[in-house]
Amino acid sequence: MAVKQLSIFIENKHGRLSEAIKRISESDVNIRALSIGDSSDYGIVRMIVSDLDKARKLLGEDILSKVTSVVAVKMDDKGGALYRILRVLEEAEINLKYTYAFTSNKQFGAYVVLRVDDVEATEKLLNEKGFMLASDEEISS
Amino acid sequence: MQQYFQPEIETASRDEIVRIQNVKIVKQVRHVYDNVAYYRKLMDDKGITPEDIKSIDDIQKLPFLKKDDLRECYPYGLLATDLSNCVRIHSTSGTTGKRVVAFYTQHDIDLWEECCARAIVAAGGSKEDVVQVCYGYGLFTGGSGLHGGSHKVGCLTLPMSSGNTDRQIQFMMDLNSTILCCTPSYAAFIAESLKERGYGPGDNKLKAGIFGAEPWTEEMRTQIQDGLGIKAYDIYGLTETSGPGVAFECSEQTGMHINEDHFYAEIIDPETGEVLPEGEKGELVFTALDKEAFPLLRYRTRDICILTRGKCSCGRTHVKMCKPMGRSDDMLIIRGVNVFPSQIETVLLNEGYTPNYMIYVDRKNNTDTLDIDVELSPDQFSDNIADMQDMEKKLAASMRTMLGIGPKIHLVPPKTIQRSEGKAVRVIDNRKLH
Repeated sequence: MAVKQLSIFIENKHGRLSEAIKRISESDVNIRALSIGDSSDYGIVRMIVSDLDKARKLLGEDILSKVTSVVAVKMDDKGGALYRILRVLEEAEINLKYTYAFTSNKQFGAYVVLRVDDVEATEKLLNEKGFMLASDEEISS
Repeated sequence: MQQYFQPEIETASRDEIVRIQNVKIVKQVRHVYDNVAYYRKLMDDKGITPEDIKSIDDIQKLPFLKKDDLRECYPYGLLATDLSNCVRIHSTSGTTGKRVVAFYTQHDIDLWEECCARAIVAAGGSKEDVVQVCYGYGLFTGGSGLHGGSHKVGCLTLPMSSGNTDRQIQFMMDLNSTILCCTPSYAAFIAESLKERGYGPGDNKLKAGIFGAEPWTEEMRTQIQDGLGIKAYDIYGLTETSGPGVAFECSEQTGMHINEDHFYAEIIDPETGEVLPEGEKGELVFTALDKEAFPLLRYRTRDICILTRGKCSCGRTHVKMCKPMGRSDDMLIIRGVNVFPSQIETVLLNEGYTPNYMIYVDRKNNTDTLDIDVELSPDQFSDNIADMQDMEKKLAASMRTMLGIGPKIHLVPPKTIQRSEGKAVRVIDNRKLH
């Protein structure tokens, strides 16, 4: 069920982010969500894209990229929806490395992406608590 | 298989080596005194005459030559024979100032190439071998030295010179090169390029490499050996003494035998100039015992080194020098601490990083800063910033333990640090200290 996220390493220098995005954009690959974690020297760009293999190919070998499994949870685009998910994780003492959310024009209003150590256990827990998990197909299209 | 190129000299008894040196030094001092006005004056100023030099032990009475003397004497000031007797000129890269030009008679070329031939045979070379020389050809001594040595052994010689890695690899594969001669950083780059093209260490016919002209570490040796599937041998020399081949490694790989019948080595205290006993660390000093055109006496190399005379399993009797532990001219003094780039390389390789790095030294608000760009390899990249920061911290801590000062580490993407085809530039010092 886990969703595949594309992460790329970008030096904190003029034009580097734009160059990476330009390469992906020179095709029909759509970026569904994007979040950046940064230090003073570099940023790590995390993306959900419509065609992961194609995006990696377009980035080429000189832009460092990798694929990470993350949990994507569907939620209503309403106040309190994110907190309900986070509370479950907190009670189960699941450590979040990072998280980001994005809205959608689908039946569910929004998705939250959770980066955790144990994807399987987190998915199992969220399932048991009645949350809906997103698959690669639906989140990336 | 041939074990030595010149067994009678390479395995001569200690007494025999000293006898050769005694004869040569007396003759050489007379030759220099008679023909080099600059050195004659240095001797006169010290009150030394050629008659004072009766054996190799008397060498300590002679004045030193330093790099500054060579610059002052540029170009002909240390020439000891008529130019018409010379057949070649080589020159240093001039990275640390004015170039040094060195002159060679045919005799000088022959003895230099014989030294390189000894190195090739020590690395397992014979007339059956294909020697790929990718040191630069031209003014630089690396290309012609190994090229000439390869001819003397009778190897099939591939005079590739440096650069054009695609062609290097094509010829290496198509023409079955068995011995590779280049700088260690270029050897590492060739290994990396072979891997990229899908070749494993067993896919080439190489069995040995002779690498020199820049400092390298044991960790880098391991990496090159594993990457190319070869034994990697160190070779030492400098343009001032002739070029590569002054000293070379044997099968034991525990230091380089100095060709003592041509080059007499001393270790001195760099501060006082006092000669240090065997086994002590100090500055390496060379005397050319029988070169004709450019015979430097007691030349201070600035290389920090140790000499040992223990018995070697290869059977050679000539004194061994360790890998130079840095040169006083690439030693950086940062916040009062002596830092050698080789120490930084050791830490990087120990911690699983590539040997591709760049050191930046600067001075901000009267405090020295040390920044190191380090290439990240794909398997080290994490999508989690905390993991990356932990890596940087761990590396900085290991650097602090090794160097005594803490650098700032900057992780950069793979292949962003420029690869070198000759001598790698690893340090950029932006301090305005002079």
